[in-house]
Amino acid sequence: MGTVETHSLPAVGDCLEPRRFGPLTRTDFVKYQGASGDYNPLHHDDAYAQASGFPMAFSVGMYQAGLLAAVATDWLGPENLRRYAMRFRDQCWPGDILTCDGVVTEVRPEEDATRVVLDLTCTRQTGDVAVAATAEFVLG
Amino acid sequence: MSYEVPLERGKFREFALATKAESVAHFTDDPVMPATFLTVARLMWEPKDQNPMAGAGLDRRRVLHGEEEYAFHGPPPRAGQTLTVESRLDEQWEKTGKRGGVMRFVRVLTEFRDETGALVAEQRSTAIETARAPKEA
Repeated sequence: MGTVETHSLPAVGDCLEPRRFGPLTRTDFVKYQGASGDYNPLHHDDAYAQASGFPMAFSVGMYQAGLLAAVATDWLGPENLRRYAMRFRDQCWPGDILTCDGVVTEVRPEEDATRVVLDLTCTRQTGDVAVAATAEFVLG
Repeated sequence: MSYEVPLERGKFREFALATKAESVAHFTDDPVMPATFLTVARLMWEPKDQNPMAGAGLDRRRVLHGEEEYAFHGPPPRAGQTLTVESRLDEQWEKTGKRGGVMRFVRVLTEFRDETGALVAEQRSTAIETARAPKEA
């Protein structure tokens, strides 16, 4: 069996340790594309992106959504995750610096466990939110 | 119609590293799936004739990824399991955008079952067809 991590129960209003990523590079995008199997050229081929009307290749939405999820699961344990829902609000570009943070919005007892709900945001250096998400964990 | 997706340890590791996940739970010899890993199932394993979006009639040049959701009915799966995967068109709706154009939303629901047939996870992917391609905007 894998490692069992113990987590003390967070309270409503508790914030996770924010993490910054970047400046983003095309290598970051390509590494994610290879890992996920999404080979859309919009995310690594500038000429293709420009022919499609974009100034250059831009990040995969699921890449920054993955970074944001990892910040939450690093805190409360990936084995405890029960739901992760995300909305893509803004595109991210090479050179962007992203800040992932989050706050506990709900702590609710369930049978033999406690459900912890987080609101999460991944924000660009411009202040625009790139990804807004909700995560739910069940802690023993 | 459905297809099988084997959950591979090396693939979990590659995905965890790409998304900069640091929890040790992804890097043991019995690792837990990274939070958004289920996206890999359709991208890498879905047979072409099982893509439910093929019947939605969307213009690919105008399609954006709007929303995504993963729900787990217990601890997320571990490497070594094989999931049986099935997708279908879920809801579809339209919304008038700020500039008056009509945006179409199409949601695909994907169900993941374990070796016993139990539903272990669901994925909801929402695509948005914008009123016009970025080039025409």
